[in-house]
Amino acid sequence: MAMKISDDKFFDRVEKGVNNTFMRSAVASAQERMQGKRLAATEELGNWEEWRKLGEEIRTHTLENLDYYLEQLSENVVKRGGHVFFASTKEEANEYITKVAKEKQAKKVVKSKSMVTEEIHLNSALEKAGCEVVETDLGEYILQLDDHDPPSHIVVPALHKNKEQIRDTFKEKRGYDKSEIPEELALFAREQLRQEFLSADLGITGCNFAVAESGSISLVTNEGNAGLVTALPKAQITVMGMERIVPTWEELDIMVSLLCRSSVGQKLTSYITGLTGPKDEGDVDGPEEFHLVIVDNGRSNILGTEFQSALHCIRCAACVNVCPVYRHVGGHSYGSIYAGPIGAVLSPLLGGYEDYKELPYASSLCAACTDACPVKIPLHELLIKHRRKIVEDEKKSPFGEKLAMKGFQLAASSPSLYKTGTKSASSVMAPFTKENNIQKGPGPMKPWTDVRDFPAPSKERFRDWYKKREKGGK
Amino acid sequence: MKVSLFITCLADVFYSNVGKHTVELLEKLGCEVDFPEQQTCCGQPAYNSGYHKETKEVAKHMIRTFEKSDYVVGPSGSCVAMLHEYSHLFKDEPVWKEKAEKLADKSYELTQFIVDVLKVESVNASLPACATYHKSCHMTRLLGVKDAPGKLLEQVEGLDIKPLPNSHDCCGFGGTFSVKMVPISEQMVDEKVRHVEETGAEVLIGADCGCLMNIGGRINRKGKPIKVMHIAEVLNSEVK
Repeated sequence: MAMKISDDKFFDRVEKGVNNTFMRSAVASAQERMQGKRLAATEELGNWEEWRKLGEEIRTHTLENLDYYLEQLSENVVKRGGHVFFASTKEEANEYITKVAKEKQAKKVVKSKSMVTEEIHLNSALEKAGCEVVETDLGEYILQLDDHDPPSHIVVPALHKNKEQIRDTFKEKRGYDKSEIPEELALFAREQLRQEFLSADLGITGCNFAVAESGSISLVTNEGNAGLVTALPKAQITVMGMERIVPTWEELDIMVSLLCRSSVGQKLTSYITGLTGPKDEGDVDGPEEFHLVIVDNGRSNILGTEFQSALHCIRCAACVNVCPVYRHVGGHSYGSIYAGPIGAVLSPLLGGYEDYKELPYASSLCAACTDACPVKIPLHELLIKHRRKIVEDEKKSPFGEKLAMKGFQLAASSPSLYKTGTKSASSVMAPFTKENNIQKGPGPMKPWTDVRDFPAPSKERFRDWYKKREKGGK
Repeated sequence: MKVSLFITCLADVFYSNVGKHTVELLEKLGCEVDFPEQQTCCGQPAYNSGYHKETKEVAKHMIRTFEKSDYVVGPSGSCVAMLHEYSHLFKDEPVWKEKAEKLADKSYELTQFIVDVLKVESVNASLPACATYHKSCHMTRLLGVKDAPGKLLEQVEGLDIKPLPNSHDCCGFGGTFSVKMVPISEQMVDEKVRHVEETGAEVLIGADCGCLMNIGGRINRKGKPIKVMHIAEVLNSEVK
């Protein structure tokens, strides 16, 4: 599975994450900063809830009419001289893209940041075909240099690294000899990348949104690298997930506002690039050849199911930035390039339960993610839906749990059984109780009492007290 | 006003004091309280774990139990939020769905009931203490009860409420999450305890026994001198 980034077991990854104190403090402070900026930027609008509702409506409408808009998009791209390829699998997408690269005899490929190309593992496919691939987003560039370290955050891929680590990577891989001051590091990267842009044969971008009515694609960046990737090389390939589409420029306007405010707390980012097909005669910049690769890779299986709203996602990472679980375990613990709450929802859908069966349970269902999502994906509810599916459809829940839940159902729907069961709680637990607390619980209580005390059951249940009180005439 | 208590299984079995204070408080506010003794648990542990068939049976039982009640009031935001979930569970069963909606419409968390239905903001309580308040996720986010506890606590004589840093963060309870994902839950509750300590408060107040069991359990394990109180106890406190 291409989006899979680790073969380690889930709890091993969690242990690694929890013990990485540097990563955790970096993530915690980044979360705090981004959350604060997001709240300020959304409150400033005054009617954020209306915006979210509008965002949700646009996404729902588009997904419910996806066939129509994809056809419209594709027709308009072709009309403007571009080529469109629908890839149903990652293999088909990679095959097509490497074929184009070979045709163009591309030696060097520059890329702007794109999650879907991470998902399909495009870089290694291109490298196998003999191309040198250069990531031009600063975060992605750092990760690529650092032996292809995978991204740990949807928007800030190198969130888990500090400036000293970046300095060392530049030093080791590119002979950098200056300090870890961010400006110096960025200047060095810029100098390196400038040459790459100028000498590239092929540019590859992702796509924040495609506009169906005009056959355009739009890219939202803060570094301007996407503009150069699309302006300098002779040919350009844009890869998009099939759901990343809006009907018209009007909806694009709204979605971009939601995206910028939710992801980094900006009203707008520094660069919003809109591109329609290859360059026209007389145009100074732009590719001579333009290809749009529309990737399914499991998405259409989500359409029409109880999980469809997961495809509303505009990859803003607002949910990631508020998630306490993500904060403590870090992005790599999810084992998927899609981390955080949306990762816990999407990864099992795209990559299957076999690899990602723990992710739906790695949430306390606190719903901070659902609250933060600008397009109102009910993330915590989707996690419960996953659990239901694992239990009832896939029948993959542990035997002991199944038994316990059956017992729970019997007891909780039969008052007499419930009453008898709870009545004995205090005496059953008495041998384990010390000063009203249980410190070493038996059996199923052990995981709890490994880290916390458990309260001793009250000597007299509420219901017994109440009965007595009623009898005594209060 | 006639009020049926939904006491919740945790309060019934582990925190019977919370139930007693809830009864006394509601009576003090002029309510006629009854306790439908057929009630059990709201079914949340099964629902959140994905056992929806099992939850339906529990939900039906709870719907029947409270069918005749005018108001259903419980001292736990998360359990009351679960009563509001029942209608989703029965989305394909119109008869039960309607019954579930009726139950949701008349169900309230304790502080929500006091402020929104009884229209009371001061319950004449007094508790001279320095405290901080833990917002429960399900109460604030799912049930939408954000202001009621603060309004009531503000009026408690002698109570000095310190703001809790990162109060929007979950304490790491999450029902079965706390035992299925111990290493993550442990970090979350530790962080919560750290934030509580930072306030310098001697009392931690909450409106949900689940969260209090988790945070309180960790506070005990670490031997911190912080007392944990349910909001019903605080609002029913009187310095004689």
